[in-house]
Amino acid sequence: MKVKDKKTKELPKRQGLVIFSEIENGAGLKKALKIKKEQVVAEISASNLKGRGGAGFPAGLKWKFAAQEKDEQKYVVCNADEGEPGTFKDKVLLSEYAPLFLEGMVIAAYAVGAKQGFVYLRGEYRSFVPALESELKEMKKNNLLGENIGGKKGFNFDIEIRLGAGAYICGEETALIESLEGNRGEPRNRPPFPVNTGYNGHPTIVNNVETFAAVVHIAAKGADWFKVIGTEKSAGTKLLSVSGDCKKPGVYEAAYGISIKEILKMTDAKDVKAVQVGGASGVCVPKSQFDRTIAYEDLSTGGSIIIFGQKRNLLDAAENFLEFFEEESCGQCTPCREGIPVLIEAVKMLKKGECGKEYLKDILSLCETMQLASKCGLGQSCPNAFISIINNFKKDYALSKNSKQEKTFNG
Amino acid sequence: MVNECAVPKKIIKGGKEVMVCDETRSRLLPVLQDIQDKKGYISDKNMQEVADMFGIHPVEVFSVITFYSFLSEKKKGKHIIRVSNCVSNVMAGSEKIVKEFEKVLMIEIGQTTKDGEFTLERTSCIGMCNEAPAIMVDDKLIGKVTPQRVKKIIQEQKQ
Repeated sequence: MKVKDKKTKELPKRQGLVIFSEIENGAGLKKALKIKKEQVVAEISASNLKGRGGAGFPAGLKWKFAAQEKDEQKYVVCNADEGEPGTFKDKVLLSEYAPLFLEGMVIAAYAVGAKQGFVYLRGEYRSFVPALESELKEMKKNNLLGENIGGKKGFNFDIEIRLGAGAYICGEETALIESLEGNRGEPRNRPPFPVNTGYNGHPTIVNNVETFAAVVHIAAKGADWFKVIGTEKSAGTKLLSVSGDCKKPGVYEAAYGISIKEILKMTDAKDVKAVQVGGASGVCVPKSQFDRTIAYEDLSTGGSIIIFGQKRNLLDAAENFLEFFEEESCGQCTPCREGIPVLIEAVKMLKKGECGKEYLKDILSLCETMQLASKCGLGQSCPNAFISIINNFKKDYALSKNSKQEKTFNG
Repeated sequence: MVNECAVPKKIIKGGKEVMVCDETRSRLLPVLQDIQDKKGYISDKNMQEVADMFGIHPVEVFSVITFYSFLSEKKKGKHIIRVSNCVSNVMAGSEKIVKEFEKVLMIEIGQTTKDGEFTLERTSCIGMCNEAPAIMVDDKLIGKVTPQRVKKIIQEQKQ
């Protein structure tokens, strides 16, 4: 831990418009408890806050659905299973802003009427458990957690930390719930959605760490304050985890609408060939499109930004991403389980110059099938990077011209 | 799925009887993690014991264990060294780190040293891409690893 301590001391105070902006502990919760539950949901809805895990489902709507359910037992789950390659922004929130996102969970519990919460923490971040546990104790001492929270009679809520065990797929919300229930983390069919049939069959909301952190600021400062930041369709800010070929990798908070160009400038990246937005399940953006922006309506991301310099061959990256998916696919549905190895083989053929034009066409059609027919987000998004690399970086591979020897889908 | 649940329980929801999973089943992962921590793996005997405890078939316990990469039914080393091989780490030279660990520990990736001290594995992104190449030694995340640091990291674990 020595290395890490030294590192934290060197860090300047984080700056940002929402998440990293100044706020007093408990300020959001105090304000929320003064108004009715329905008003809290309405405020979150009015803010246009969307899920920060990447999928972008409106948080207010999710809460509304769960709040409407008539059930004694409801659950609030914080998805702290960040595992998308190139993402480490939740690590910052978990280690430096624990009181903030935990407070967001309490606000959610009040809004939907939950008594129990879980932080589903990825096994890789296990070293944060003692600090998180002591933060929970501190909150109980200050009446921000436990019984009659904030002096509100009958508002009882507790949070338990549950550890994941090294499975990327558990970041998918229904897989996460399966894992919480003690099962293999295999995604469920939807509907029913977790908001009415979640943990142990009870209404459950699952939100990202960053979503909960934003909730506190919205509760304290109002939906109108939040809404003006970002773009019309993407309110607020996004935490970006930037890594790869740049001089200043790290976590940055940027208002939605920031362009790739601006990100490259901010992180001092020069001679950039491509930028992978959204991790392994995202897309690879070529230089000609660096004016594109981070927003739900353009390039949507959970926060992963990986920069590739001029010397990188992007087929290597495509291969790395696909191998990652092969390892992490839960294997329950055919398009994902059987499709990924075929794509890996195709990348290997492309690298050797053994893949012909017709076969590549077949492969791209397979990609489409996987996107359409896979059960969950992993299978649906795993061909994304491959497709964008094939389409945008034709110089990185050569097609075989020997059409007689060409491999086809039928043999 | 709830209707495939190993330990079903009836609850009244919206005036109707619905089958849901029993609360206790959700303790399965923490129980297995605890055994993994204490023993470094989960033996056949342990699986049977856990199955009895939860009233489920041992095969079900086995299926859960094999799903999660941090749970193991085979004995591993006292310390597990995991080298991240996500794209940022590969670009920063993680394969050189793997080679150096292999050289110093005299094993190949995926193997355990003869004295049972270390197991060397590759793992996907560990959230340390800004400090790549990065590794995980048991619970600890270590960033900016260089081949020169490898020996020292190993020695630190032995103390």
